[in-house]
Amino acid sequence: MPPTKEEIFQFLTEVNDPEIPVLSIVEMGIVREVELQDDSVRVVITPTYSGCPAMKVIEEEIVSALQKKGFENVTTRTVFSPSWTTDWLSEETKLKLKEYGIAPPGRASEQDSSGTLREIICPFCDSNKTELRSEFGSTACKSLHYCNNCQQPFEHFKCI
Amino acid sequence: MDDDSRHALFEYLLRLGDDRLVLGHRLSEWCGHGPILEEDIALTNIALDCIGQANNFLQLAGSVENKGRTADDLAYFREAIEFKNLMLVEQPNGDFAYTIARQFLFDVFSFHLLEELQHSSHQELAGIAAKAVKEDRYHLRHSREWVLRLGDGTDESHQRIQSAFNDLWMYTGEIFQADKVDDLLFEKGISVDLKSIESKWSENVSEALTEATLAVPDAEQYMASGSRQGIHTEYLGHMLTEMQILTRSFPEAKW
Repeated sequence: MPPTKEEIFQFLTEVNDPEIPVLSIVEMGIVREVELQDDSVRVVITPTYSGCPAMKVIEEEIVSALQKKGFENVTTRTVFSPSWTTDWLSEETKLKLKEYGIAPPGRASEQDSSGTLREIICPFCDSNKTELRSEFGSTACKSLHYCNNCQQPFEHFKCI
Repeated sequence: MDDDSRHALFEYLLRLGDDRLVLGHRLSEWCGHGPILEEDIALTNIALDCIGQANNFLQLAGSVENKGRTADDLAYFREAIEFKNLMLVEQPNGDFAYTIARQFLFDVFSFHLLEELQHSSHQELAGIAAKAVKEDRYHLRHSREWVLRLGDGTDESHQRIQSAFNDLWMYTGEIFQADKVDDLLFEKGISVDLKSIESKWSENVSEALTEATLAVPDAEQYMASGSRQGIHTEYLGHMLTEMQILTRSFPEAKW
């Protein structure tokens, strides 16, 4: 029996995002499509940000993960359209982020045109008494905040 | 696509790619030198976005040109005269105010340009632009906030950012000078009407400068031009020397 797309997607849930290791690249919405032809597999991926430095590692990990499952001919293809959005993260995925200590993103579609930030809730104590420290955090996809209630710095997954 | 359009599109993609590559490289020079840790991280994050966007535009340029050149070939193996970036983005970092003024003037342009380009009739170009415009929204908010803080801050910060805007103003005229590349691609629905971008740019820039208690420099002053044809200030060559030396010394280097 040749493998199905569903099986390949399942295998790819074992590949984690190198910068947010609690999430798989499937949960992140980085894997867009799986193309099967004869004995070759092509995984279509999209970057979270134009300059995301993790993409190279992700490509290598996809190839090695599928090779371990017995696929020899594995390639990846990068697409930019439709452009990645945090709206592709499911509620379950957002909960995982929160438990990991990163405030999850709101819905990009609810942002006004200037992209004004909504209230950011502290992932540790659920307080709304937080302040923005920097729009740019340890990676392009996160911003830096500080909770004035529990006095902890934390990161927020930016809405994009 | 006919040869003329293909050539024009290649040129246009070089402009888009080179603006972001050169600015991204300039910003990366701040790495480890930012005035505060958060800004060090912010400027290098923005550098990364710019270089990522440049990579995408240059990769597409290489495929449109169809001579087998990769994004790396285009970035590392062209001379200054073959670079088509604006003079504005190649200007040295100066102090923090200078970097912010340069960034803000470019961000306003880039944001409005990409917002239009995401509706380009060229699908791949539109896709790259649609992705990049989301990043630019953050860049613009960052640089605009700093223009307000520095302009309406202390006497010294006000004076420093005002002189940065005064110095850089002569490089803003050429941003909106359309040539036959722009005209041909605009006709085909691939590029945008620079006139409409210019009016949005002027409005946004004046609005921010006024809010920051800064004077908008005189629009009638001398304006430098020619970078889209490969004419640059002396700074680009020096920057490229540093940017390109490793790849040119060790063309097969991998890490």
